[in-house]
Amino acid sequence: MNEEPILSVRGLCKNFGALAVAQSIDLDLPRGARVGLIGPNGAGKTTFVNLLTGVLRPDAGSIRLGGVSIDGMPPEKRVPRGLARTHQINTLLMEESALDNVAIAIAEREKHAWRMFRFGRQWQQCCDEAHARLAEVGIADVADRRVSQLPYGQQRLLEIAIALSLKPSVLLLDEPAAGVPSAESRVIHEVLDRLPSGIAILIIEHDMDVVFRFAREIVVLVRGAVLTRGTPAEIAKNPDVRAVYLGKSAA
Amino acid sequence: MTDIPDKPQAAALARSSRFNVLWHAVPWIVAIAFYYTAGGFLSLGTSILVMILLTLSLDLALGYAGIITLGHAAFFGFGAYGAALFSLHVNTDPVLGLLVATAATAVFAALTGMLILHTQGITLLMLTLAISVLLYEAANRAYKITGGDDGLQFEMGPVLGLFRFDLWGKTAYLYALAVLLVWFIVAWRMVQSPFGRSLDGIRQSPPRMKAIGTPVWWRLVAIYSISAAMAGTAGALSAQTTRFVGLNTLGILISGIAVVMLVLGGTRRLYGAFLGAAIYVVVQDYAAKVNPFYWMFVIGALLMATVLFLENGLMGIMDKVGTLARDQLRRVFGQPSQP
Repeated sequence: MNEEPILSVRGLCKNFGALAVAQSIDLDLPRGARVGLIGPNGAGKTTFVNLLTGVLRPDAGSIRLGGVSIDGMPPEKRVPRGLARTHQINTLLMEESALDNVAIAIAEREKHAWRMFRFGRQWQQCCDEAHARLAEVGIADVADRRVSQLPYGQQRLLEIAIALSLKPSVLLLDEPAAGVPSAESRVIHEVLDRLPSGIAILIIEHDMDVVFRFAREIVVLVRGAVLTRGTPAEIAKNPDVRAVYLGKSAA
Repeated sequence: MTDIPDKPQAAALARSSRFNVLWHAVPWIVAIAFYYTAGGFLSLGTSILVMILLTLSLDLALGYAGIITLGHAAFFGFGAYGAALFSLHVNTDPVLGLLVATAATAVFAALTGMLILHTQGITLLMLTLAISVLLYEAANRAYKITGGDDGLQFEMGPVLGLFRFDLWGKTAYLYALAVLLVWFIVAWRMVQSPFGRSLDGIRQSPPRMKAIGTPVWWRLVAIYSISAAMAGTAGALSAQTTRFVGLNTLGILISGIAVVMLVLGGTRRLYGAFLGAAIYVVVQDYAAKVNPFYWMFVIGALLMATVLFLENGLMGIMDKVGTLARDQLRRVFGQPSQP
């Protein structure tokens, strides 16, 4: 692929005191990329996501989104530029319905969220689209249920629906299937397989089955530094990766 | 748990069934009826309306947006002094004075809000308290402007050039009621709007809202200013209808009373402010007559009972009564049940 990558990370560094959690990380995500980020606990995977989204400020390095530098930009300004994420820990609006969770996000995307008085038609459009988004991930039937009443697997699907409703060009999936019972996780895998092909996706996942099925390129992170990268087949064969990460289970 | 979406506030407000329209009329009918039956209690009624407006403003900031504040007296007092000073030095027209006081309070709140709204929880609570105390002390010291301990007495022109403030407080009551109605409609519309829904979101999960691109800080500054403007109006009303403003309008007690009224009535339902303020003032009035020294004891007991046994304040009871009444009516008239 010759075109410029949508997301381009160069030399990203971050230290927490003496602990280096990101050591000069480079990463390119072209359009439609499916990249898996793996590494043992404490490798700095979630820190990396937080650096990308702007929750944390890097000590050095640069991030370009769609060819434009987004260094120093707060998280809420990166989102309209096409960078969406899902959360590892649930941050959904528990008191709202599933539909409202998505509709609120759409209202924000469409810049309707400052409207205080004339909003009937706009809000209706948000709700209609929200319904379609819920249908995309297969949970339209629970649109009116309170999120706190939804099973965990459906909450994770809702999380993905919200991220998609932001119409991102880059989507960061932070352990989308973590904590979901295996019976329900199959549904999540199906949704992941159906994600729009144009979106560049970085998936962080502990479950090796998910990553090796989903990703076309895998980056292995160890102690904040990129150990190696390659296709799933290459990574599976790599002895270093086996040593630090896959360990006994790969044998 | 039932499968029915259990979301009383916004959904109930948004649903425009005929019964709900009737419910909306109840508080205003009561207020009008009070006007004709109150006799010597009309000025008490006016002070209830003022406190309703203050509590309503707190519901927007604390109830909907989750801004933990004990500093709304600052805005109440700011509006009160603003109205008094405007009348003394510029113009005695009440409506004009009210608008100026409201706008000035909004600006004051926007400036202080920008300073403190990046904090949360106890820190935010302490900062709102600190601003309130600073303003109180500033007003106390600036004797030449504010009259210090003595307060300010001033004249008011007729409302809209037509209705003079009379000895019985009739004009004052209707004036306050009209202003409350305007602000209520604004608030009622706002909490259902996309703006209001985003505040709901910010209260529940700021990280989520940031992740969908919400400028959380700006939105909090906006609702803080709107809420403060409303509190400023309440203060201005309080000053205009009594033609007097004193340091007590800036006192922490006012902030505390507003919070108690809100919790009594129930947060995030707007009408909770009506119920809470009315019950508070009436109970206070009666309890103080029975024993002028221990009326606070009664209020305290009422508050404890509300917090311990009523999840949604007194409005929670109203909801249950409303649902029962609706079911009964439906049975009688054979109306199809709502989807």
